[in-house]
Amino acid sequence: MYAWIWRHLPGQWQAKTAIAAALILAAAAVLWYVVFPWLEPKIQFDRGVINTPSSSATDRR
Amino acid sequence: MRILIRNLGELCITAGLVMLLFVTYELWGTGRYTRQQQDVLNKELLKSWQAPNVTTEKVKLGKGLAMIRIPRFGPKYRFVIIEGVDLADLRKGPGHYPGSALPGEVGNFVVSGHRTTYSAPFNRAGELRAGDKILIDTRQKQYVYEVTGKRIVKPSAVEVTAPVPLKPKDKPTKPMITLTTCHPKYSAAQRLIIFGELTGELPRRA
Repeated sequence: MYAWIWRHLPGQWQAKTAIAAALILAAAAVLWYVVFPWLEPKIQFDRGVINTPSSSATDRR
Repeated sequence: MRILIRNLGELCITAGLVMLLFVTYELWGTGRYTRQQQDVLNKELLKSWQAPNVTTEKVKLGKGLAMIRIPRFGPKYRFVIIEGVDLADLRKGPGHYPGSALPGEVGNFVVSGHRTTYSAPFNRAGELRAGDKILIDTRQKQYVYEVTGKRIVKPSAVEVTAPVPLKPKDKPTKPMITLTTCHPKYSAAQRLIIFGELTGELPRRA
């Protein structure tokens, strides 16, 4: 998969490296700013509230 | 076949890296969000305290209510307590259970906070000992609570948030404080509860 992507990147190895780095950074940014904030509340391995007030929580936000 | 196996291996490595990044996000990225929000709330709170007193002051959900300091956690330990205990509220800092007593009021001032992630305001709650001070700053007063005990309970143990903790039917006669956070660390299986009661009040220092 990665070899295939590498072969299809344009330019010499310098250009390929730069584009590959940019792609990795873009993927990481999407994960960090979009996917993880969405995912985090669904996992919730850290919840300190007694008797989660879920009924009132949903109608407020 | 070989290509299939290679792709599978690459996917596994990628998944591992994504999970590492997610752990970094949980432990560090979430804290950064809390610090930003705390800065904003801190400024808002101090500004509202400087404004002339209104007789019917009601704190909106998600806004700053008071300031908590715990000397055992060091002189820099300070968090704005938010009104509300929704997921979104607790991401900004420790939250006050709406409907429980206000600071200094007779009854139970109940505050919940993250023990890990989101700046982990109550990370070291397990170190609190009887007699440790919990200082709550409000507009005019600093309320001094002292820890009286702690307990580990099930997440459904609502009696700890009662006006008289653990005695839901009793009528409160003194101002108390209850901190709730998760237990053990990095888990939501149980709750660590810190009890305290008001021992004094001082004029608020700036």
